[in-house]
Amino acid sequence: MTPLTSCLLLSALLFAIGLAGALMRRNAILVLIGIELMLNAANLNFIAFWRYGPNPEALTGMMFAIFSIGVAAAEAAVGLALIISLYRHTKTTNIDEVNSMRG
Amino acid sequence: MLFTIFAILTVAGAAAAMSLRNLVHSVLALTVAFAGLAAVYLHLGAQFIGLAQILVYVGAVAILIVFAILLTRDAGATSQSILSSSWIGNGTVVLVIFGILAWAIHHSATSQRVVLPQPEASMQQIGNALMLRFALPLEIIGVLLTVALIGAVTIAMREKKETR
Repeated sequence: MTPLTSCLLLSALLFAIGLAGALMRRNAILVLIGIELMLNAANLNFIAFWRYGPNPEALTGMMFAIFSIGVAAAEAAVGLALIISLYRHTKTTNIDEVNSMRG
Repeated sequence: MLFTIFAILTVAGAAAAMSLRNLVHSVLALTVAFAGLAAVYLHLGAQFIGLAQILVYVGAVAILIVFAILLTRDAGATSQSILSSSWIGNGTVVLVIFGILAWAIHHSATSQRVVLPQPEASMQQIGNALMLRFALPLEIIGVLLTVALIGAVTIAMREKKETR
């Protein structure tokens, strides 16, 4: 197995774990953590393709990872603010109980 | 060999973060996963990204999540199941997606590529790229972060009608 393949497999595994957490856990904060893990898996892909790709001196993969980290930080701040606001209105972070918009 | 250790650390931390019942414990496990990922970045020769990962994720995001957990203590949550009601179908979806990804990676052309020598990415090169070629995206990300943080404060601020 080449290094690039093992990096991509690690990234796919991280993505699957994050997706499992986001889809299967009941607590809204754990869902957010799962989304963070998925974003990190994407970052690992950028770095792996930068390292093993044909043109590493252009630094594009690394730049993309830097901007992706910035966007992920903004997303975490807004997501946690939404969860705190949700908790204030419903007194719970259980996403199964937040169903007032269910048709 | 080193990569395998870091990979196992990362995956174990992520799996523990997603499966532990206590939220504070799962944030600790998440920190381990982020640190392992930073070690993988350093191992791949991306020093700047590795250090940024430690600063942003281990430092800031983990602390932010701990504060959110402390602010949203759920009293009756300890007795019930940690899984959501539709977890069987969702778990199947996750397994299918991972299977497809692993199959695609295994059969792609990346497994035959020759490994190049370690590329150089000094701080000076990164700074030059950020200030010259990627100056506009850098400005936009700064504006986005400002707007997002102001929005987060506005959303989380207590509404005036509620306090009366």
